[in-house]
Amino acid sequence: MTTMTLNVLVDELNAKLGEAAIASLKVELDEVTVEVPATQWAAVSLKLRDELKFEGCLDVCGIDYSAYKDSVWEGSRFAAIYHLISYAHNVRLRVRVFATDDDFPVVPSVVEVWSGTNWFEREAFDLYGIVFEGHPDLRRILTDYGFVGHPFRKDFPLSGYVEMRYDPEQARVIYQPVTIEPREITPRIIREENYGGR
Amino acid sequence: MAAEIRNYTLNFGPQHPAAHGVLRLVLELDGEVVERADPHIGLLHRATEKLAESKTYIQSLPYMDRLDYVSMMANEHAYVMAIEKLAGIEVPIRAQYIRVMFDEITRVLNHLMWIGAHGLDCGAMTIFLYAFREREDLMDCYEAVSGARMHAAYYRPGGVYRDLPDQMPQYQASKVRNEAAIKRLNSNREGSLLDFIEDFTNRFPTYVDEYETLLTDNRIWKQRTVGIGVLTPERAMNLGLTGPMLRGSGIAWDLRKKQPYEVYDKLDFDIPVGKNGDCYDRYLVRIEEMRQSNRIIKQCVAWLKANPGPVIVDNYKIAPPSRVGMKSNMEELIHHFKLFTEGMHVPEGEAYAAVEHPKGEFGIYMVSDGANKPYRLKIRAPGFAHLAALDEMARGHMLSDVVAIIGTQDIVFGEIDR
Repeated sequence: MTTMTLNVLVDELNAKLGEAAIASLKVELDEVTVEVPATQWAAVSLKLRDELKFEGCLDVCGIDYSAYKDSVWEGSRFAAIYHLISYAHNVRLRVRVFATDDDFPVVPSVVEVWSGTNWFEREAFDLYGIVFEGHPDLRRILTDYGFVGHPFRKDFPLSGYVEMRYDPEQARVIYQPVTIEPREITPRIIREENYGGR
Repeated sequence: MAAEIRNYTLNFGPQHPAAHGVLRLVLELDGEVVERADPHIGLLHRATEKLAESKTYIQSLPYMDRLDYVSMMANEHAYVMAIEKLAGIEVPIRAQYIRVMFDEITRVLNHLMWIGAHGLDCGAMTIFLYAFREREDLMDCYEAVSGARMHAAYYRPGGVYRDLPDQMPQYQASKVRNEAAIKRLNSNREGSLLDFIEDFTNRFPTYVDEYETLLTDNRIWKQRTVGIGVLTPERAMNLGLTGPMLRGSGIAWDLRKKQPYEVYDKLDFDIPVGKNGDCYDRYLVRIEEMRQSNRIIKQCVAWLKANPGPVIVDNYKIAPPSRVGMKSNMEELIHHFKLFTEGMHVPEGEAYAAVEHPKGEFGIYMVSDGANKPYRLKIRAPGFAHLAALDEMARGHMLSDVVAIIGTQDIVFGEIDR
């Protein structure tokens, strides 16, 4: 088992994946992040597993960039982010795949490549509405049966739209619009560079 | 005439003692053989990640305790490590040792809970009582250091909340216990917390021997676990399993050795590895992990006794100033006020920090846009991947083996549902 340095990994990625498959590649905080176009992702994932020995995918998560830096986000709104690990080379890789269509975000599924991504992709679909094309069983996973909407999107309120309570008159559990007022105790602030002389 | 054979669909849980909380399992059975297991999760979903987006960095820290609620400090550790990575904070060495010591105490806590519950699932009653006896001592350590038995909220970005106490809290005389009994109970609580932990590490190997006497060569235990839920190394890697689930299949992968964080590279310990990848091997791996954790705790105690020092960074943008300083200096007062009203700002960027949590790799992926709150926080819970593999592990096994497999996966719903 050999440990691969990040420089070697970057060279290998450039050599094996080819220019068309890499939208951007950067090394920050000792982590390699590669951005792959959605159209290339299915082929790239196989290469990553078989040629670069990324045997496992530890995490898949969705992200909604629409409120990034509290300004207008240029580019695609949704992305799926994969955290791959190579046990043979003891190295990690982060892959970001942007879904090109904001209204109907689609990313190819990699369940066939790494079985462990099954539930993670279901989760990203549930919470962000990213459709993983080719997923064998794309159902909601964390939210309630019959839930409407994708709760982790930035335009979905923290308190949600409906609340559940027991109604003694109808003698059953009912849904009703939320009664709590949304509030923000500590406002979200982005300071300019070197604020306070840092 | 043979009876007509039918397939059953069975609802297992969410109200079932072997469901480890709120697991709803839809099982398709052919007689007593499982054809498909479909876990329905999310009954404990609290949207921790979404809540964290609307809270300052320090305010979300206590949520981490409530993820995997049997290994609280290990969760906090990954969270503060992600912040430290983004902000580039150097943690004082004493704080690193304290963190490692409590990580290992947490590992023992978690494995004790697991062995108790797993034993109970498979029909071994006594082990549960034994395990909870030792858990009590370790929870007292948690209480001594943080004031809370379980949800400690002890780690902070840049260190830990405060230094270890010089005195271990003691039992008080009461109506049900006389003076002599109290004296006996307090006999190992006369000194500091470190003395108490040292005493525990001296006693603990004998306790582990006791658990092994109860289970390791027990015929019933072996019948329930040997050859159950077998995973090949290739499948375990492909399914994204980590921790004892991966090591049980024979892969010597432990972040504490492979990608060391804090002071693990300065400590002496071994990584146990299984051979067959069945429930029994995973049991052996976890038992040995308890012994190894005990070794690590011992080394940490010795180091901490000899080396006093600061336990949190001296940077008021991240950690609060001292109480005295805050009350007597204008500058410190302002820092204190800003830190607790607005909170700390983390530089723009993204980071993934992972720790070797008792259950596997617990990772925090954090995206910051420079605000005083995280833009996106993703919690990579090991149990989530493990439970996803349940279908594959349980297929072809008997109904009662599903219970053993849930036990061996060490399922805790706080982290799976988040």
